[in-house]
Amino acid sequence: MRTRTRRPLLLALSVVTVAVALVPVAYLTVRTAEAGWARIAEEVLTVRTARLAVLTVGLAAVVTAACTVLGVASAFLVVRTDLPGRRLFAVLAALPLAVPTYIAAFAWRSSVDGFEGFWAAALVLTLCSYPYVFLPVAAALVNADPSQQEVSRSLGRSAWRTFTGVTLRQIRPAYAGGALLVALYVLSDFGAVSIVRADTFTRAVFVAFDLGFDRTGALVLSTVLVVLTMLVLAGETVTRRRGARYAHLGGTRRTAARQRLGRARWPAAAALAVLAGLALGVTALSLGLRMLQGVSRPGAWAEVAAAMGNSLWLSLAGAALTMALALPLGLLTAKAPGPVATVLDRLAYVSHALPGVVIGLSLVSFGVTLAYPLYQTTWLLALGYAALFLPLALAAVAGAAAQAPPVLEDVARSLGRGPVAVLRTVTLPLVLPGIGAGAALVFLTCMKELPATLLLRPTGVDTLATELWTHTTVAAYAAAAPYAALLVLLSSVPAWLLTARTGILTAETSR
Amino acid sequence: MRRPLTLTVLLASALVLGPAACGGAPESDSAAGGDKKITVYSGRSESLVKPLLERFSQESGITVEARYGNTAAMAGQLLEEGDRSPADAFFAQDAGALGAVAKQGMFAPLPDDLTGKVPETYRAGSKEWVGVTARSRVLVYNPDLVQEADLPASVFDLTKPEWKGKVGVAPTNASFQAFVTAIRVQHGEEKAKEFLTGLQANEPQIREGNGPILEEVDGGKIAIGLINHYYLGELAKERGTTPDTLKAKLHFFPGGDTGALVNVAGVGVLKKAAEDPDVRAFVTYLLGADAQKYFAEQTYEYPVVDGVAPPAFVPPLDQLTAPDVDLNDLDELEATIALIKESGLVP
Repeated sequence: MRTRTRRPLLLALSVVTVAVALVPVAYLTVRTAEAGWARIAEEVLTVRTARLAVLTVGLAAVVTAACTVLGVASAFLVVRTDLPGRRLFAVLAALPLAVPTYIAAFAWRSSVDGFEGFWAAALVLTLCSYPYVFLPVAAALVNADPSQQEVSRSLGRSAWRTFTGVTLRQIRPAYAGGALLVALYVLSDFGAVSIVRADTFTRAVFVAFDLGFDRTGALVLSTVLVVLTMLVLAGETVTRRRGARYAHLGGTRRTAARQRLGRARWPAAAALAVLAGLALGVTALSLGLRMLQGVSRPGAWAEVAAAMGNSLWLSLAGAALTMALALPLGLLTAKAPGPVATVLDRLAYVSHALPGVVIGLSLVSFGVTLAYPLYQTTWLLALGYAALFLPLALAAVAGAAAQAPPVLEDVARSLGRGPVAVLRTVTLPLVLPGIGAGAALVFLTCMKELPATLLLRPTGVDTLATELWTHTTVAAYAAAAPYAALLVLLSSVPAWLLTARTGILTAETSR
Repeated sequence: MRRPLTLTVLLASALVLGPAACGGAPESDSAAGGDKKITVYSGRSESLVKPLLERFSQESGITVEARYGNTAAMAGQLLEEGDRSPADAFFAQDAGALGAVAKQGMFAPLPDDLTGKVPETYRAGSKEWVGVTARSRVLVYNPDLVQEADLPASVFDLTKPEWKGKVGVAPTNASFQAFVTAIRVQHGEEKAKEFLTGLQANEPQIREGNGPILEEVDGGKIAIGLINHYYLGELAKERGTTPDTLKAKLHFFPGGDTGALVNVAGVGVLKKAAEDPDVRAFVTYLLGADAQKYFAEQTYEYPVVDGVAPPAFVPPLDQLTAPDVDLNDLDELEATIALIKESGLVP
């Protein structure tokens, strides 16, 4: 049988990974237990909690559905049709990842009167999150074996029935994984919901902190988020189907023939342009206006440069640690699937939907009691980023590893190669692009993170996100704007790398 | 392959720029004291506080390691850290946060020569924290939408039908919550509940903070709003003008009305730094004429020490008819929060 020898090590390392991801949950459990049953009941068993639960789940459902439709549709248009300006649209569709939701929501709120409530939050979150679906789906569409569709068409199925019956099935793991990340992100988002005043659990958690410094109440409420996350994960796991894995190694890769859009060509391009305008244009315009109207200025350029260097360094440390932790677990789920791997993988997702302030406080507690030498150093912050963003890395690694057919490794082993040689010559080369994509995604998400960064950063270290926050709290919007612009610009580099990785840009030229 | 190269460039640039971020392990040095180095947790904005700390360092030769964050989250951080906190002092945005930390017994009482500089109204009875600056709750209004003569005489009038849909409120803000606690202290639970219910029923314009309320009142989108006085100064500064040229005007509720509550931003010293002369020098500096003048001019707050002029656009502190509320009573937060939640003003 295959690769059994490698499992114990992978398993042990995966347990370490999961332990990191569970630090916040352990903290929550301890603090909630300390609060006592009476307090828990008082906080959780209320009409308010029920209302928040309905609204939170509703928001997650609406945004996830919208992101799935937008992500799949734009990926299909960009990869599989003769849409004009495909490459430009591919890059534009990934760029919203570079815009933090708190900036987007602020821009919308100050541009549109009465922009608040559930649907306002749904709009901002959808516009900021649909790349989570677009990117993996675009990559899957580029890589999917076109022969299945050709068979379907040649057997007389219409283009639409081929799309729903064959293409959608092929890319299911891609959009399901992306949709899961979107759903969990919505549960954890604070920036957008607080600015447009949509009532969700995460907002209630932050309000509990701000209002009366009610740590216990905030933490008890957070446990409900963990439960909601587990329900989402369980739902996703149950509906997951295992498809066969296909891959092209070496030789020539074939991309499916592009469908002709005919008269729909320009309307489709216009629709994507409107989408990009909403997702990027509104924010850019609003930031530009703020910059022109205000007279405050950021500190010396040296300060701006230092904040930029710190952002890059801290995010790099976060991405490196997260990838190192994700790799064994990602490989385990791909190479040794089974109940153990599934449970470990799901557990690593549990903290992803927790608000950053809870993650921050849990690592403060962990650092102070168990890892004091690390406290207020880069590495404890990196650990916080890892606890928050492991799922982004896991999805990328597992996705890449799953595309590597196990039979290739079996063949390599049967031809007498040792496990290490197989890992080096077969597994890693296949997974490497996935690691790169995961790292880029984690990197840019770390750059945007604020609440945990504020609590865990080394004393005296400012990043672009913290500087942005500092200035906006005293209405110095013009001083804040350069930090916001730099943050978006720097994040767009990994966003662009992610687009490039899908193969959309190169597939274009090989045609 | 171009990709690895790009990644390498990214990595290399981060490594070059990065070392600025390589903070060492936290130093719990100051137990000894007198090493010319202190650590301050600041819940107040870096852009306001940093220039002042730099001046202090220059004059005293004491290095300040300052950690900036949201006041509430920072109070949470201090409570998590407990005895192992690297902090020597906590400079907070409001009395409530100071009270929360003091309640856990983490602050040392301040010496009388320091607390004596500040009127009794603006410090903890236990001397565990002392106010550094004062801020007044005000009603901001747009004269195009509301005549000065029509302004309410009391904050409790805001529940009347004529103000339906016209009042900007930031109920998640700590200063709003202090104001509600003040109603409870001054008039009792029933009155507070009645006010909040009435306010919510009057369809207020709820915003996330005082800043957005002021901007919208100034822009004519909201008629009136409940904020703190210094926001007017901040907005004028950002627009490159003076407060009197802004459309928005301030109305101080007269006659000891709860709507004119005067609250403080203040500082507390952690127990382990109780004897540290450097920390004491820092608190002394904050209460000195230089720093007080800085706050009046740069953050538009009221100085709490005698002999320093207040900002020009507000009446002096002693002419305000602040309500008779003891700031020490404002740490009774739980009932306030329960009331605010119950009213439906916050989720």
